[in-house]
Amino acid sequence: MNYNWNWQVLAESPYLGWLWAGLQLTLLVSSVAWIIAFILGSLIGVLRTLKQPVVRTLATAYIEIFRSVPLLVHLFIWYFVLPEVLPRDAGRWIKRDLPYPEYWTATVCLGFYTASRVAEQVRSGIETIPNGILDAAHALSLSQRQIYRFVLLPIGYRVIVPPLTSEVLTIFKNSSLALTIGVLELTAQSRQIENYTFQGFEAFTAATVLYIVITLVVVWLMSYVERWTRIPGYLSQGKS
Amino acid sequence: MLNLDIEVIVSALPFLWQGMQLSLLLTGLALLGALVLGTLLALLRLSPVRVLSWLGLIYVNLFRSIPLILIIFWFYFLVPLIIGRAVGGFYSALIAFTLFEAAYFCEIIRAGILSISKGQTEAGLALGLSKRQVMGLIVLPQAFRNMIPILLTQSIILFQDTSLVYVVALRDFMTAANVIARREGRLLELYVFAAVVYFVLCFVASRAVGRLQKRLANA
Repeated sequence: MNYNWNWQVLAESPYLGWLWAGLQLTLLVSSVAWIIAFILGSLIGVLRTLKQPVVRTLATAYIEIFRSVPLLVHLFIWYFVLPEVLPRDAGRWIKRDLPYPEYWTATVCLGFYTASRVAEQVRSGIETIPNGILDAAHALSLSQRQIYRFVLLPIGYRVIVPPLTSEVLTIFKNSSLALTIGVLELTAQSRQIENYTFQGFEAFTAATVLYIVITLVVVWLMSYVERWTRIPGYLSQGKS
Repeated sequence: MLNLDIEVIVSALPFLWQGMQLSLLLTGLALLGALVLGTLLALLRLSPVRVLSWLGLIYVNLFRSIPLILIIFWFYFLVPLIIGRAVGGFYSALIAFTLFEAAYFCEIIRAGILSISKGQTEAGLALGLSKRQVMGLIVLPQAFRNMIPILLTQSIILFQDTSLVYVVALRDFMTAANVIARREGRLLELYVFAAVVYFVLCFVASRAVGRLQKRLANA
């Protein structure tokens, strides 16, 4: 193997700046997308647990559409096709007036995509809640809305913190797909450095290390969330 | 209003089919490789030798921490460098997918092995079988049977992931659709067609897996 090592390239201008810009975009796209995914995913997850068949079918359809089509295909449709099929003014607004259209498309699309996964977690979190708790809520004559607000969601969310951690990790990794529509995030920047300098080892190692750091930080933060939201003695009770 | 051109899809079908063959081939080969490597990694992770189980752990966590696209880039760059000559995108992608998926398969297989009760192993050992025989003849066959639904679900995900070879311009189904879309200026038709094809294939497959899972659970 014939390779000229040059780790200094990473510290040189403009490459260090590229990596930094890429890291910022990765963090930004992923965190905004996560906010969308969490809110929308919670809503759809709750809809999946309701009694009304129409609502449930719609929520299921949403999940299946996102789960059965690759994220890449979604991104292309959202970026290239959506502005064409929207009403003319809206399409023109996206293409002409929206600043950083590729960034917003990637973020919103990734958010909607991940929402389908969050929804499944929220649903399973709600479904693991023992019937006794639900019966108790009914016996206290809480309304449907109150049951979700005060009983099912507070417990459900706390049960699904561990699987949500892995969804957070996935969203950071999936944000790399944004490069296919021109968002210069971390992976794209490392590739660009490789193209310019032929120092692929150094460039990809830098990106790899940064992704590992992101993973470690997320795992560390979420372990705090997990400890902080744990319901003492809940899991050991089991399902009644 | 929209004027759809279905003709463009029909005339592109042979080209798209070639792409789909590449997607399926890549899925199949990576699946085989990942199963073998994933099983080895799972055994490594369950090894009583601390160094070996650590190696397995590091491998799995490393590959699960970085995006698949970055891994594809890594091997697209590395493989020709190691071999010393250009080998084309397909082999680089195949290696990248195999190594990447092996990390996920490893965790599934490990859980499958752990789900087999200790009594099975003890009974095998009591019958005078060697440790290797117990693993190969008793534990693994039962573990794989339990794991079939999850492994199939992971294979569907792998099939969807193969669309990412787009980043190294390998002509899989999605890239083929993209080529036609650009050449004919028919983005809407081609991308939506690609989405429908993926949807039908993956939806039908995951329904079938669901049925199989029920049947296995009842058996």
